[in-house]
Amino acid sequence: MNTAFATLLSLVIDGVAYGMMLFLISVGLTITLGVMRVVNLAHSAFAMIGGYLALWSMQHAGLGFFVAVPIAVIGTMLIGALLERTLYRWVYATSGLGQMLMTIGLAFVITALFKNLGGTQLQSVPIPPSLQGNWNVGPLSLSVYRAFLVGASAAVGLSLWLGLERTSFGAKLRASVDNPRIARCVGIDVPLVFSVTFAIGCGLAALGGALGSQFLPIEPYYGLKYLVHVLIVVAVGGLGSLRGSLYAGLLLGVIDTLGRYYVPALGAFVIYLAVLAILLIRPHGLVPRS
Amino acid sequence: MNTTHISAMAGALRRQRFTAIDAVIAAALVATFFFAELYLALAVSVLIMIILALSLDLAQGYAGIETLGHAAFFGSGAYAAGLYALHISTEPFSGLVVGAAAAAIVGALTGIAVLRTQGLTQIMLTLASATLLLELANVAKKVTMGDDGLTGYSIAPLLGRFEFDIQGRTAYVYAAVVLMLVYIFAKYFVNSPLGLTAQGIRENPVRMRMLGVRVYARLLAIYTISAAVAGIAGALSAQVNRIVGLDALGFTLSANVLVMLALGGTGRLYGAFIGAVLFMLLSDRAAAVDPTNWLAALGVLLILAVRFAPDGLMGLIERFAFKSRREAAKSPNHRSQAR
Repeated sequence: MNTAFATLLSLVIDGVAYGMMLFLISVGLTITLGVMRVVNLAHSAFAMIGGYLALWSMQHAGLGFFVAVPIAVIGTMLIGALLERTLYRWVYATSGLGQMLMTIGLAFVITALFKNLGGTQLQSVPIPPSLQGNWNVGPLSLSVYRAFLVGASAAVGLSLWLGLERTSFGAKLRASVDNPRIARCVGIDVPLVFSVTFAIGCGLAALGGALGSQFLPIEPYYGLKYLVHVLIVVAVGGLGSLRGSLYAGLLLGVIDTLGRYYVPALGAFVIYLAVLAILLIRPHGLVPRS
Repeated sequence: MNTTHISAMAGALRRQRFTAIDAVIAAALVATFFFAELYLALAVSVLIMIILALSLDLAQGYAGIETLGHAAFFGSGAYAAGLYALHISTEPFSGLVVGAAAAAIVGALTGIAVLRTQGLTQIMLTLASATLLLELANVAKKVTMGDDGLTGYSIAPLLGRFEFDIQGRTAYVYAAVVLMLVYIFAKYFVNSPLGLTAQGIRENPVRMRMLGVRVYARLLAIYTISAAVAGIAGALSAQVNRIVGLDALGFTLSANVLVMLALGGTGRLYGAFIGAVLFMLLSDRAAAVDPTNWLAALGVLLILAVRFAPDGLMGLIERFAFKSRREAAKSPNHRSQAR
């Protein structure tokens, strides 16, 4: 195997790992957007909350990685559920502009709050020793953590799909989305379904924020800085489509990684060009809603 | 003040004819020049933001085009005017025209993509095109000087006579005159057939299509005009500040101008004035005191505004005025019918 090909292969693997992380962070938004039709610009702020909660429970409470991350996810879900019950309820009926403004206002508040609490430095959640190091396969070197990330995202994607398609909650959820009035008539507690769904979306964001901090370091401006990444994955994938988010995450992750390596002069230019091109060809995303 | 007067005012706010309020605005512009001499630099940036907010109002408030990338046009206008001053001519008025033209071209080109979509995809496309331009300006360091910002150009005296002075007197008068011209244009525009169809499209694009309006072509025209106005704001900023930085194309600017317009009230030209003045003055004070908590305060302000004043401050004023009129209609001799 020649070196150019080996380089390409390891770049693609890196790109896939990055793409899976993008998928992990944005899939929560896909769900809330697809289900509740709320343009949630505070979504990546929830990812940041998850990152901070994981970081702090490791630093201050001395917990291990595999305990801290679930705690962060659950904590963020509770915060999300609380905000859904109070603030988000206000904007279900308003226009997209109102939702955008309310949620960006929320992102501002969260940003300022964490800047006061945690300072401005860039931090990342420490990786446990069991996930450090590399596997060497011939000329290829594969980071264990990246493999873990790909595995974790794949597991999340699979369980989401199963949860939506195979469980009774999934059925209730789909019913609430397709026709809230009839769903209410057959005895489904639609507001409760929405609350739970929103909490799950926030939990997924938190998981992405905590696990992805090696790629996107945790900082107070995280929620505003990486918002664009999350939004483009969702838009390119097709609003509310799980499969679309997966494809979009992978595609954009690989394009971004390859672009930065082969045409470094263009930097971040490549990914936005790709977004523009994809949305021009398919205005409703890779997997449009039927 | 009697209630008929208030309701007449509310009607005037909606219909966008020239009224006494416009005289108040003009008077305020003049008064600022004489009484706020120490703050003229801040006043100039407020005027520039009002122009940008007016431009956003044309696209978003009147035509319902959802955008989170209006900085693309501000930035293109700014860079075009800066490069024009650096390489071709330092004459300011032609610089404004160049800035407007450059932004109009960017508007027409991106509009072809943006206006085919709606909702979140539309927001994403505007954001993607603005970020694309930002990265382009960042990458093309030879032309734009990247992070350092485009500097080193001078601007010739206005009309060949009035130098741009340190206190910003000339800059202020220049910006105020440009603002008034843009404003007069905007008033005529929103009452023109094109502006009226824009409002029709905003309310119901399908109905407008049924009526035989070529919706896409109209929206493209409006988007291009809005871009040109934003380009004027950018060019003005480039000429007055003698520097164009990457932040002229940044997400923060796009978000800020959206916030200004939303606080003031969309779809009402006065909203751009109120929102920009309020936002700029508050953030100037707050940034001096504590920028972090200003962000939190701004966030709370936005959340409360969406909840309690969805149409912005202008909407609140109108609601108040209409309520007074309704109460007037409920005066004793009408009450029996009203109940």
